[in-house]
Amino acid sequence: MALHRLPFRLRHTVKHVRSLHTSGCGQQQEAVAVESDPELFSVFRTQQNDPAHQSEKHIGQYYTLPSSHVHTLFPHGLPGRYQQQLKTFNEASMMVRQPALEVISYLKKTDYSKPALRYLFYGLKGTGKTMSLCHAVHFCYTQGWLVLHIPDAHRWVKNCKELLPSSYNTVRFDQPLQATEWLRNFRITNEQFLSKIKTKQRYIWTKREFTEEGTPIGQLVDQGISRVKSSSDVVGALMKELRLQSGQLESNFRLAVAVDGVNALWGRSTIKKEDKSAVDPEELTLIYNLRKLIKNNWTGGAIIATLSQTGSLYSSKSAYFPQELLGEKGFDSMDPFIPVSVPNYSEKEFESCYLYYMDRHWLQHPQTRTEEGKKELVFLSNRNPTMLERLCAYL
Amino acid sequence: MAASSLRTVGSLLAKCGNCSSSLSAFTSSLSRQVLSRQICVSSALRRKNLAAAGPEKFTLEIIQKQVEEFNIGKRHLANMMGEDPDNFTQEDVDRSIAYLFPSGLFEKKARPLMKHPDEIFPKQRAVQWGADGRPFHFLFYTGKQSYYCLMHDTYGKIQNIEKYQDRLRAKGLFSQDVKQIFLGSSRWLMKEELEALLVEAISAHDYNHFIQLMERLLSLPYCAKEEEFVLHYRRQLEAQSRKQTVPPLDRDDKGVAFSTADGRRKTATSSVVLRDCGSGRVTINGQDYVHYFPVLQDREQLMFPLQFTGTLARFDLECTVSGGGRSSQAGALRLAISRALLSFLSEGEVETMRQAGLLTPDPRVRERKKPGQEGARKKFTWKKR
Repeated sequence: MALHRLPFRLRHTVKHVRSLHTSGCGQQQEAVAVESDPELFSVFRTQQNDPAHQSEKHIGQYYTLPSSHVHTLFPHGLPGRYQQQLKTFNEASMMVRQPALEVISYLKKTDYSKPALRYLFYGLKGTGKTMSLCHAVHFCYTQGWLVLHIPDAHRWVKNCKELLPSSYNTVRFDQPLQATEWLRNFRITNEQFLSKIKTKQRYIWTKREFTEEGTPIGQLVDQGISRVKSSSDVVGALMKELRLQSGQLESNFRLAVAVDGVNALWGRSTIKKEDKSAVDPEELTLIYNLRKLIKNNWTGGAIIATLSQTGSLYSSKSAYFPQELLGEKGFDSMDPFIPVSVPNYSEKEFESCYLYYMDRHWLQHPQTRTEEGKKELVFLSNRNPTMLERLCAYL
Repeated sequence: MAASSLRTVGSLLAKCGNCSSSLSAFTSSLSRQVLSRQICVSSALRRKNLAAAGPEKFTLEIIQKQVEEFNIGKRHLANMMGEDPDNFTQEDVDRSIAYLFPSGLFEKKARPLMKHPDEIFPKQRAVQWGADGRPFHFLFYTGKQSYYCLMHDTYGKIQNIEKYQDRLRAKGLFSQDVKQIFLGSSRWLMKEELEALLVEAISAHDYNHFIQLMERLLSLPYCAKEEEFVLHYRRQLEAQSRKQTVPPLDRDDKGVAFSTADGRRKTATSSVVLRDCGSGRVTINGQDYVHYFPVLQDREQLMFPLQFTGTLARFDLECTVSGGGRSSQAGALRLAISRALLSFLSEGEVETMRQAGLLTPDPRVRERKKPGQEGARKKFTWKKR
């Protein structure tokens, strides 16, 4: 019954919102350069496209990421199905949800002279942990932070085509392909910082190749991309540089480390050595360096991470709590962290999502417009965002 | 005794017939006519006589003997099982046979059984003729005596009614609107049922004739006179859902109505507790149903009974399911949910649910593999040599 009443209530409030927003439209336009079509105004949309200004009252509404942000910030970070949807609708709309807002509000108030805080999104499968992470990352990006985004740590511990013994430390293994791919995306995302930040140490890659102290990190990254063999070590060096320099007095940037699927760092891997024995994630250069980055012995930034069961190896299907997924070792090394639970859609959020799909003409069956059809959608998806998306995605 | 002697006589006659078959057709038919009149049964006539429907195998004596043996056997069995032989019913017999001769045969009919001879030996006609060789019934030579007898009787009744109507007309008491026979929810006997009643094979044509004659009787205004006769040839149709046992609603400590039901499909068994005044929460084995059934089709199966009755988001479901695969588990749950819903519905809705096939258990199970074949139906790849 409550569901039934909701649209009316929402519609009622909208009228107010519309009158309010049309007045404040001019001010907003200069803040966020987005096309604000008056037709786009509706219940489920908010014109507040800057995550920094979003508040509780925007919960359940969609905001649009500027397409320039999408291309620079998320060259690889968005989930596959969301990217498809983005292509279909030709706009990147993201719902403002409580967990992301919570993290953003913490990020706003944090004292950055203290060691970096760790935020951990967790929740059932398909509840939108990755999207919440992306929302938080977008906030960091709009604040001008340096974003170090690892879209899926699980990908680093499995399906490795090329595995080379590290030249720096023979115990470890390099994954040149993954490292170069990540470096390339890092270069796209943090174009502005590449020349500003200088290295503080001299790195020797081979007998002839080295990076002098004081070279901008852009060169370091280029070195990693062009010299595939040393790319994993370049990632390590880059992480080390950023870790050491952030929060220092002379540096003027904040570091946001976003890791999707942190439980991969302390899980097991399926990569095999020459002698067919499994590689421990500790022995992979990328994972080793990422672990060091996750340790909060640096200042001036934040670590935002999500747990994910999908893609994780040797974990039970129903596990979703941090203890279960991280394991004892992982939990201890993550230990002081702020867990943020990501739940299924609430009634309001579901309604908003439903209206969004309606608005996009994505629900074509005549039955979906009726109250009965909506109830069916609720039952079939149980308000799980991914399930709902999959249901609606059928043509 | 009579029957067995008859059989020997018949065989003698058959030999005789064989001899005569060498003669011309005319003489053979003539001799048969003559003979049959004398001794009442020739092989040809017996074939025609549908009453017997093939050679008579079991004489009355044999069957009586069988009945005696059965009764003695039953007492023996009761003694073996240590029960009271006087109150040993057929159910007890079945139970003890299943206990003493356990059988894993799939086909129920192939398992050992012990039944009263009346149930086992096919029904057959009594002897139709007396010691003098003359048939008892005046319609015997029609070949289908009981069928024609039925037609004869029916026509007699029609005539009776017409006479009665004429009498009423003469008195001026005739009126069109008198009580009719209520036929609302009944149907005529099927051909097979009629055959069983008459113990005689009848053709489709004969059956149609019978139905026509009955319809004619019914068209008479005063047919109610013969109501009993007509209804004898009709079967009451029952709404299938009447047979559905609707469990009464239970109430828990808080006064919330709930009902429980079980369902099964293939090898999956399930039980459901349906609580009223819920918010549409569903748990399966203590787990969220979306994660238990990641495949959409299975969730649609779960939804169907609720959606069909328009009670989505009204009940809280608590399901337990075990055995089988995912689709059979979903099917078992669907059946259990529909059964549990019955307590909350009116009778009309129950009938529509039955018609939608929600209350029908799915009897299909895995078919066994056959020897000499690759699978249940599939044959091995054919090779010339």
